Amino acid sequence: MIATLNIDGLALRRGGRLLFSGLNLRLQAGEAAALVGRNGAGKTTLLRAIAGLVEAEAGTIEFGEIDAGEARASHMHLAGHQDGQKPARTAWEELAFWTRWTGGSEQAARDAAAALDLTRLLDLEVRRLSAGQRRRLSLARLLASPRSLWLLDEPLSPLDAGWRVRFGEMMSQHLASGGLIIAAVHDPLPIPAQPLEILAPEDAFQEPGE
Amino acid sequence: MSRAMALLSREVTLAWGRGGGPLVSVAFYAGVATLLPLATGPEPARLAAIAPGAAWVALALSALLSLDRLFERDYEDGALDLITLSPVPLELVCAIKCLGQWVATAAPLALAAPLAAIALGAQPSLAPLIFVCALMGGLAFAFVGGIGAALSLGARRGGLLTAVIVMPLFVPPVIFGGGALDAFSNGLPWRAGFALLAAYAAAAVALGPIAMAAACRNALS
Repeated sequence: MIATLNIDGLALRRGGRLLFSGLNLRLQAGEAAALVGRNGAGKTTLLRAIAGLVEAEAGTIEFGEIDAGEARASHMHLAGHQDGQKPARTAWEELAFWTRWTGGSEQAARDAAAALDLTRLLDLEVRRLSAGQRRRLSLARLLASPRSLWLLDEPLSPLDAGWRVRFGEMMSQHLASGGLIIAAVHDPLPIPAQPLEILAPEDAFQEPGE
Repeated sequence: MSRAMALLSREVTLAWGRGGGPLVSVAFYAGVATLLPLATGPEPARLAAIAPGAAWVALALSALLSLDRLFERDYEDGALDLITLSPVPLELVCAIKCLGQWVATAAPLALAAPLAAIALGAQPSLAPLIFVCALMGGLAFAFVGGIGAALSLGARRGGLLTAVIVMPLFVPPVIFGGGALDAFSNGLPWRAGFALLAAYAAAAVALGPIAMAAACRNALS
């Protein structure tokens, strides 16, 4: 279990452009952070950097006692619109594969599908699902294999109002059981979360003068 | 282990559907075997002489058919990102993906190759060796081809780039394997050529995944 996440003086670059620098975040077990910022500010890149997919230009990302490689291999989920689900495979094939891949059991995958009201849809091909159903299918992995850090990229956007509330309850339960959540959002999260605004370097530079 | 098996079965089913899968490779091979007599003239002596070589050309080309989608799809839809979040090293993931490619495309082709060669007039006694050489060569093509597929990730017209990168690396197995078949059909010692082919395949299996994983990491960051 990851107990703390410390991001210290982080700077990230994408395609030769500096996205932001000097970003700090401290998150304890049971806490959530909401990443806000305009389109292209680097919210998704920050989530991918925490998942070890992007090298930091400067600064450090640490997971308390746990070594970064171990944390990435067994203690975090990444969920966003790039969900890796193949349109031609059935919902069950995809959920079962990703659950096994992240270390959950087949029974856990069935339970997670039931919790997200997907049981009737499991025989359908992924391409036949609506955007909201498809998102629920990818969110089912979070419940199917317990991992403490959830990195969520716009988790709520395709969900309807009812599902936003229910997914909010799932996030609250995850926090109550000692999990951590970092979510990139445009709408407010339905759970108490520490806001973290990502500013472009030029915005940050102008701020003191205003 | 359960993770590796889950990935292998996913890869085989995906490769089965990718670019038409094994049936297209086999049909492609049958097409080459049919066109050859039309292009070179139907004299049985000439056809029998070039039949084993044609098997190699068709094998190499059909290995290229579905190669460009080996990593590209998973890269585009984010699956490659998610695959890295597991205790399975990326090198092993790459090896499993190539193995899936081999099972789904090279194995059906290895079954078809002896039939087509015999239809072109090769001696029936050559069939077992063609089968084994095609299996071994398919292994080399899958693992060497995977390097090209991983290197061209994210490039526009990646399929073309894959072919340009991979073609020179396909030369040694074609020479060794073609040489072994040629020697066998002329009653000469053929084991040396086959051993070199097997050595090339072994080297590709051992070193290919390291290069593929490095190329994938580079493409993801």
